[in-house]
This record gives sequence, C-alpha cells and structure tokens, in this order.
Amino acid sequence: MHLTTGAATQLVALSTGALLVSAVLLVWRRSLRPAVRLIAAQGVALAVLVATLGLVEGAAELVVVAVVVLALKAVVVPLVLDRGIAAGGPDREDQARLNPTAGLVSVALLTTLAYLVSKPITTALDAPAGPAAFAVPVGIAVVLIGFLLLISRRRALSQVIGFVVLDNGIATIAFLTAGGVPLLVELGTSFELLLIVMILAVLSGRMRTAAGPRALDSMTELRD
Amino acid sequence: MGLLLALPPAMGLLLGALAAAGRLVRLAPVVTSVLVLGVGVTLVAQRDTVGLGGGLLRADALSAYMLALVGAVGLTATWGGLAPREPGPADAARRRYAALVCVFLAAMSLAVLTDNLGVLWIAVEATTIATAFLVGHHGTRRSLEAAWKYVVLGSVGVAIALLGTVLLYAAARAAGEPTLSWTVLASGRLALDPGLVKVAVGLAVLGFATKAGLAPMHSWLPDAHSQAPAPVSGLMSGVLLAVAFYAILRVQAVADVVIGGSFVRGLLLSAGLLSLAVAGALILRQRDYKRLLAYSSIEHLGILAVGAAIGGRVAVAAVLLHALGHGLAKATVFVVSGRILASEGTTTIADVHGLLARRPQLAVPFVAAIAALLGFPPFALFFSEVAIVVAGWQAGLGLAMGVVLVLLLVVFAGLARATAAMVLGPPDGPTGPLPAGARGPMLPLALALTATAVAGFLTIPLGDVLTAAAQAVGA
Repeated sequence: MHLTTGAATQLVALSTGALLVSAVLLVWRRSLRPAVRLIAAQGVALAVLVATLGLVEGAAELVVVAVVVLALKAVVVPLVLDRGIAAGGPDREDQARLNPTAGLVSVALLTTLAYLVSKPITTALDAPAGPAAFAVPVGIAVVLIGFLLLISRRRALSQVIGFVVLDNGIATIAFLTAGGVPLLVELGTSFELLLIVMILAVLSGRMRTAAGPRALDSMTELRD
Repeated sequence: MGLLLALPPAMGLLLGALAAAGRLVRLAPVVTSVLVLGVGVTLVAQRDTVGLGGGLLRADALSAYMLALVGAVGLTATWGGLAPREPGPADAARRRYAALVCVFLAAMSLAVLTDNLGVLWIAVEATTIATAFLVGHHGTRRSLEAAWKYVVLGSVGVAIALLGTVLLYAAARAAGEPTLSWTVLASGRLALDPGLVKVAVGLAVLGFATKAGLAPMHSWLPDAHSQAPAPVSGLMSGVLLAVAFYAILRVQAVADVVIGGSFVRGLLLSAGLLSLAVAGALILRQRDYKRLLAYSSIEHLGILAVGAAIGGRVAVAAVLLHALGHGLAKATVFVVSGRILASEGTTTIADVHGLLARRPQLAVPFVAAIAALLGFPPFALFFSEVAIVVAGWQAGLGLAMGVVLVLLLVVFAGLARATAAMVLGPPDGPTGPLPAGARGPMLPLALALTATAVAGFLTIPLGDVLTAAAQAVGA
C-alpha cells in the first residue's frame, strides 16, 4: 500500500497537530486522569505519524515501530500512570507554579521560539525528508512544552507526565528528521522510557509511604 | 579476540541475574568488576582495535583504557564495600542491590565498548535505571527524594542527549549514509551539514554533561552521592561520571572533524570553570562530609572539562590519567566515608573529631585518599593537573588557567580544613573495637591508593597507552 503525497502530508499535519494540541491542553488542564488520557492520545498520534512515514517510504520496519509505539505509549504508559493515580495521593495538580493563563502565554512564546530555533534543522533537511521536514518545529515545541510541564508542576505524577511529553516531542523530531533511528536503538529508547516511567511511579508510591501524600511539596530536605 | 568484547556486558548481566535469583549474592559485583578489569587490561595490552558484530562493539585504545578504568574503580568500590558474611540466605534487598550493581557495571562496559552512538546512549540511560533504586536503597525519605531528583534530572538530561544523537543521525542520513557509527561520523568521509551538526553536538554535549555532573546541570549530584550507600557513591562518582565524560569526548571528536573545535571548546571551558567555581563556593561552607566529597567530584569533572577544552595530545592524555586517579581515590574515600558513618553515626563534619587518635584504621586511608584528591605528589592527580595547566598555558589560555589555579586553591583550602577538623582535635567519640558495619577489607583501598600513587610515574608503559587513547579521539 502506498499513500499519495497529498494524503501523507495531510496525515503528518494532522498527527503533529494533534500532538501539539494535546500538549497545550496538558498545560491548561489540572486534573490528572484526563491528563493521562491526553498522554494516550499523544501516543496514538505518534503511532499514526510513524505509520504514515513508513507507508510513504515503503519501510516495513517503520510499521513495526508504529505498532510498538502504539502499544507502549498509547496503552502501557497510560496504564502505569493510571495505576499510580489509583494508588492514592492527590489526583489534581493543585500546586502548579503557573496559573493557566500564564501557562498558555508561555506555550505561545515557546512555540514561536520553536519555529525560530528549528531553522537550521529544516534548511539542512529540506530536500530528503519530503513532506515531513516542515513539521519539525512542532516536535521542538512539544519538547519545550514538556520542559515547561516538568518545571512548573510539583506533584510527582504530573512531573512524570511532563517527562512523557518531553519524550514524545523527541520521538516526533526523530521520526520527522530521520525516519526514526535504527530499529534496535528505537526499541531500546522506547523500553527505557517505559522503565523510567515505572521507576518514577514506584518511587512516588514509596515517597508517599515514607513522607505522606504531600511528598513532593516537601522535597526540601536536601539542600545546601 | 572480538568475542572478548561481548564478555563484560554479557557476564555482568548473567551475574546480575544469578544474584537476583539468590546465587553468589555477596561476590557477584566483585566478580563482575574483576572480569571487566581483566578484559580491559587484556585489550590495553594487545593494542589493536578489535571489533565484533559488524561494528556494534569496537574497542580502540580509548575504549580499552576506559574499560580498564571501569573495572579498576568498580573493583575498589565493590571489594572495599564488601559486606560482612551473614548466615542464611540473602534477603530481597541484598539480592536487588547486588543484581543492580552488576547491571550497572555491564551497562558501563557496553557504553565504552560500542561504536554506535545510539547504543552508547542506551547504555548511559540504562545506568539511570540501574542506579535509581541503588540511590534510594535505604528507603528513607531523604534517599527517596535524592533518587527522585536523580531520575528526573538524569533522564531529562539524557533525553536532550538523545535529541542530539537523533539529529546527528538525521545529518548522516541527509549526507547519504544513515548511520550512528562513531567511526564513520568522525572519519570526515560524510559531507555532514555543519549547521545541523552544530545543533546536534550542542544538545548531545549538554545532555551528557548533565549526566557527568558538570555545572550548571549538577544539582542532582550532591543529593544522589550523599544519600546512596557508600560503595554506590564511589561507583557513581568514579565510573558513571567518567563514562558520561567519555561520551562527551566521542561527540567532541565528531564536532572537531565537521565544524572545527572552537564550539565544543567554548562549551566545555565555560562548563568546566563554572563547575570549579560552584564546587569551590560550596566546599568552603559544606557541613556534611559526603556532600563535601560530591562537590569534590564536580570539581574534578570541571578539571576534566577544562582539559578536554584545551585539547591536544598532552591535555587529553592528562585528562584520561586524571579520570583514573580521581576514580580510584574517590572510590576509596567514599568507601571509607561509609565506614566512618557506621562508626560515628553521623555525616556532619562538626560532629566528628580526633579520628586519627581514635580510629586510625579509618583516618589513615581517609587522609591519604583526600591527599590524592587534593593533588599532592606523588599521586597521579598532581601530574595530570600540572600537565593540564601547562598545556592550557601553551595553548594561549593563560587567563583561564589562572582562574583554574585560584579555584583549585579555594577547593584545597575547603577540603583540607574539613579533613583536618575530622581527623584532628580532641578524641571525644566512640572508641574501642569498630562496629561490624565499619569493618571491611583494607587491601582494595591500599591497592587503589598505591595504583594512584604509582600511575603518575609509569610514563614509559602508561604514557604510550594514554597517548594512543588520546589519538583515538583525534587529539
């Protein structure tokens, strides 16, 4: 099966658009359960993106990667996060350092910044990467929004969500610029993301046991 | 010969699995270290570049040297940290500890033995996974806080390095040969786009510098080093930081070929000087001796960064000697600090007095290792620091070298004052026989310190090895 260039461009635009919109919604929303569903949506969008690129280039390898991405980022990671929420602790990010308005303004600034800094990447890749190269700024914007989430959130699980967004952004850039990294490396990075998320979920559970539900607020024991 | 390369990572994983299943729990980390050291020394001695698996594994002179370093520092930390034999089967916590240390050593061996920058990244990230629970091993609130900060900052850092790696791959693909092979990327055969490589290298250096604990991305390091069990602190400080720095050297070699050296040099010089300044400022007013040692690690990584920024054969060879000397001395001093904690029950500097009179078996190795870290001759760090400063002077970085010397003096004052406060003074505190947790083998500590003291004088055999290793990254 081969996609026409027009359809492929639309699918790439649609999936990267979905990634960006869900990242923006994550900055705005505070409840953790809808946030986990947005993470799952990001996983689906990423898988669609990978599958599209695979079909355009006729690379069976990328279709396999798309299935792995779908399984890990749209199913397993959200499940781990859901279990983390079910295990107790607050299910709302009520300690954020940014209010929603400031968050959205920062997102707008970060997206503009992403378009500026991706200039050297898109100019270097214009020819070979085809319809994909123009969407690189979206990937960088998602990375920057991931950073924003990590910095501005205090609850353990919302920090993990920020980390997953950051990683999704990097994966987007990887697929758009390079058609993904080699299969071995891609599988390695995906499983390590999963392990990191699981470790963080376990650690946040243990911290709740050791220091009570407000564990991360009181992360001030160690300092100089 | 090629099959030898697969031995350290494979045996590390195997021994880790055995330890997890309850076999060889006590000795598995030591056996892994011995294996890594043995293979490393063999590779150093036979002096040829060997490969395996179509370039997946490859050991040039630098890889062989780094593997020997991982083994030597690993042996010091694991043998020195050997827990007393206990009757009955090992409990779950002990099994997990031994298994994770083996996995850590396997991942570090893989990181230095691979030719593929993607696999290097995976191996460095795998150490985050292995060490997360080692840092949080004690399960106290503080150690969990340290583990959390370490995992979040560490994985964000290496995620940035992944972005850099991916962009390098994109550049190689645009140049017509999609590869992450370091040999191909650094050979200058591919017409890589300079603009893209600049962004990629900047991100990769930034990411690995986070893992190497260079300022301003160092904030996880004092927490993790001070909360982890003592042998793990030694492993992280001596092995993990050095291997992350090795990744920077590899990336720097690619940048040197494609965009010239000045960009990475600027990055490393500013990170190195800032690390020295941060370490100096915080060592002066440090009250906890494990954090003091952590800041000393930041200081020494700062020196490594300055040396790599200078470049050239002498400076890079000195950097490699410095990494070995620092690793051995720091592993020793962390192991001893664990015993001091077990004997005195505190990590506060002000609460420990008169160790030399009360506990000479702890104070003597502690003082000797600190002297090595301070750069006293005859220890290797003296020679490497002098070589780096002289090379920098010759390279026209006189002003920066002046700043380095001043900052080294500040660190010297802080570290020496704290050590003097601990080992001298009135002998008030516990005396008599050491408690069980404060006892342990002395031989590995003596061997490590002797090696550090002798390494600087072995210019004939070791000088060749170091120059060959420096040439591997184009210096």
